Amino acid sequence: MMRRSYENDLNELHIEIIKMVSLIERAIEDSVRAFEQNDLALCEAIIDQDKTIDDLEKSIESKCLWLIAREQPVASDLKKITTGLKMITDMERIGDHAADIAALTLRLSVRNSFADSGHIPQMAEIAVSMVHDAVTSYINTDLELSKETRRRDDDVDEYFNVIKRELVSVFRSNEDAIDNAIDFLLIAKYLERIADHAVNICEWVEFSVTGKHKDAKVF
Amino acid sequence: MTGEVSRQTVITVKKRRPLETLLYAVILVVSIGVVGLTAFLIVYILIQGIPAISVKFLTTAENPILKTVGIFPSIVNTLYMVLFTLLISVPLGVGGAIYLNEYAKNRRLVGAIEFATETLSGIPSILYGVFGYVFFCVLLRLNVSLIAGVLTLSIMVLPILMRTTQETLKAVPQSYREGALGMGATKWHLIRTILLPCSLKGILTGVILSIGRMVSESAALLLVAGGSAMYMPRGNLFEQMSHSGSTLSVELYRYAMSRGDNKTAFGIAAILIIIVIALNLLTRFLAGRLNR
Amino acid sequence: MKGNTEIQKLRTEDLHLYYGDVHALKGINMDVHSRCITALIGPSGCGKSTFLKTLNRMNDTIPSVKITGKVILDGEDVYGKNVDVTVLRKKVGMVFQSPNPFPMSIYDNIAYGPRVHGQKRRHELDEIVERSLTSAAIWDEVKDRLKKPALGLSGGQQQRLCIARCLATQPEILLMDEPTSALDPISTSKIEELIYDLKKEYSIVIVTHNMQQAARVSDYTAFFLLGELIEYDTTNAIFSSPKVQQTENYITGRFG
Repeated sequence: MMRRSYENDLNELHIEIIKMVSLIERAIEDSVRAFEQNDLALCEAIIDQDKTIDDLEKSIESKCLWLIAREQPVASDLKKITTGLKMITDMERIGDHAADIAALTLRLSVRNSFADSGHIPQMAEIAVSMVHDAVTSYINTDLELSKETRRRDDDVDEYFNVIKRELVSVFRSNEDAIDNAIDFLLIAKYLERIADHAVNICEWVEFSVTGKHKDAKVF
Repeated sequence: MTGEVSRQTVITVKKRRPLETLLYAVILVVSIGVVGLTAFLIVYILIQGIPAISVKFLTTAENPILKTVGIFPSIVNTLYMVLFTLLISVPLGVGGAIYLNEYAKNRRLVGAIEFATETLSGIPSILYGVFGYVFFCVLLRLNVSLIAGVLTLSIMVLPILMRTTQETLKAVPQSYREGALGMGATKWHLIRTILLPCSLKGILTGVILSIGRMVSESAALLLVAGGSAMYMPRGNLFEQMSHSGSTLSVELYRYAMSRGDNKTAFGIAAILIIIVIALNLLTRFLAGRLNR
Repeated sequence: MKGNTEIQKLRTEDLHLYYGDVHALKGINMDVHSRCITALIGPSGCGKSTFLKTLNRMNDTIPSVKITGKVILDGEDVYGKNVDVTVLRKKVGMVFQSPNPFPMSIYDNIAYGPRVHGQKRRHELDEIVERSLTSAAIWDEVKDRLKKPALGLSGGQQQRLCIARCLATQPEILLMDEPTSALDPISTSKIEELIYDLKKEYSIVIVTHNMQQAARVSDYTAFFLLGELIEYDTTNAIFSSPKVQQTENYITGRFG
């Protein structure tokens, strides 16, 4: 086999990406759990952890660029590296949103009001599962799983609308709860964004195999 | 840490290499010896020979009655031999080499011919003499004559010319051939415009070697061209060529061996050296002109 | 897609070539498009150079070569009966791996081809020399020393001179056999730029060991392996999503 060091570098890149996806998967799961269980210590931990994710993003980015500069990859190699380069942006956003949710949870805890989280747990469950499956589809290069995952985004959007309506009624009925309601809305919005980023990841996984992105042949 | 230190090699130890020094000394001595010997030979011959040289020596034939010596006929014979032999052998040798190297497809035949030419260039010249005598003088009824001498010498130098030409043709980069053929040049055009100009130097070497061989030849020529230079050249070229006549080397042999006249022999030797040097310079000059 | 309006210039049909007992080309069917650059890639000994040479019959000089199949150039079979190889090679010029200027002046090098084809008039030769050197982007560098020996030029200049020499016979197709493999990167990029410019007027087939070069300059890429044409497609397709695994392995450097 030729190009051993190239092969090693590609493997290392793959391993780092897997490390990053596992981290963000855990971050989002933790943040949802922290929200549901009002676990303030966990919130702090998630916010701290975000730095690690950001560092990992930089490291992967740099690895990809060096590989491109040194090895001038083509065909499937270039697709893999491009996928990595694009995916980490989405993953980093997911990490940020997980931290955002944790921060909001801290704010809510100050007011000590978790009474009406409404449909947020159900929505969170789907979003978390989407991230999990997007990550799995990347690790296993599983196109079927990735497509199936993308379809679940509609459910998340549906929940977001439901939650929005719920909160609108809160605004109308209970002016004291408006602060909480806004935070809930933000959390819902973050979850919705997280699901979108999961969809993006799925799309890049599909690109890495087919060279098509959102059904358009780009490479 | 230790590994790295142990790998450091100190380079400031000047080692003596006795074998190297010895070899260098041997080569130096040998080179000086060769150059010195050659220079000594030339100087010695010139010093010994020049007193014998006079205008009369150069412009007359030997006259046994007046007991005067002259080598004019031999000089003319030698120059004729060289000129006509080259006229015959260069086109044949160069042509043969070109054929073998550029046209011949049968590698085995080429190999056989190359082996033959190599062998031919190594056999003693007296064999050429015997062959020339039997074939040219007797069978072709050319008698003992300059023309028989020219033909015999031609056969003798042909292998040299062929070998040297072939070697230089082989040294012409294949890429020149590809380049020319790739532009649609025919083989002959390629030979004329590239191969011949490129191999001029090699052909020249062959010519110089051949001249040396011709001028120094005595045994074979004694057989086919005769050993007498008593008469001044007479009549037209063809008549002159059909007469027997000796070249300078043959005369040298005659004076030194049959008569013990060393003074004349050295005189002839000096003239021979001068002629060889002059012919070499002339060949170079002509080749230089041709190259342009 | 780099695709131009594609006119087929040359086509091979079931082309086989044998060196004695060695089957060096195994049934090649390939189109060369007009005014496009076609790159031939593949590992050493895969037959790409051999294939290139069949296109202007440079293999004719090798005694043991046997060729079957057809090479159709503008509707005529290159291996047909009444083909004049001299005219064929005027039409299909060739540039070689290492620069091979003849040991003569720059001027005479360029004038060599036209002279082969009977051009003797001084004035016209002058014109051809200037035009060819200009097309090969080397006129400015040599115009003041046309009478100097071509071997005094640098390697990169020599190769551009050889391209100019080839252009002087006004070919329609240029065959290039690894034209930059003996050159430094700067000379290489000059030649690549030149090749790209020449595409406007010539159809170019280039053999290269440099995959990046194939990717940079060519419109079409053909991948050869063990005497077979494994894959032939637009360069974009070959270098993004090759259809055959062997092609993928080769272009990503995982050959073996």
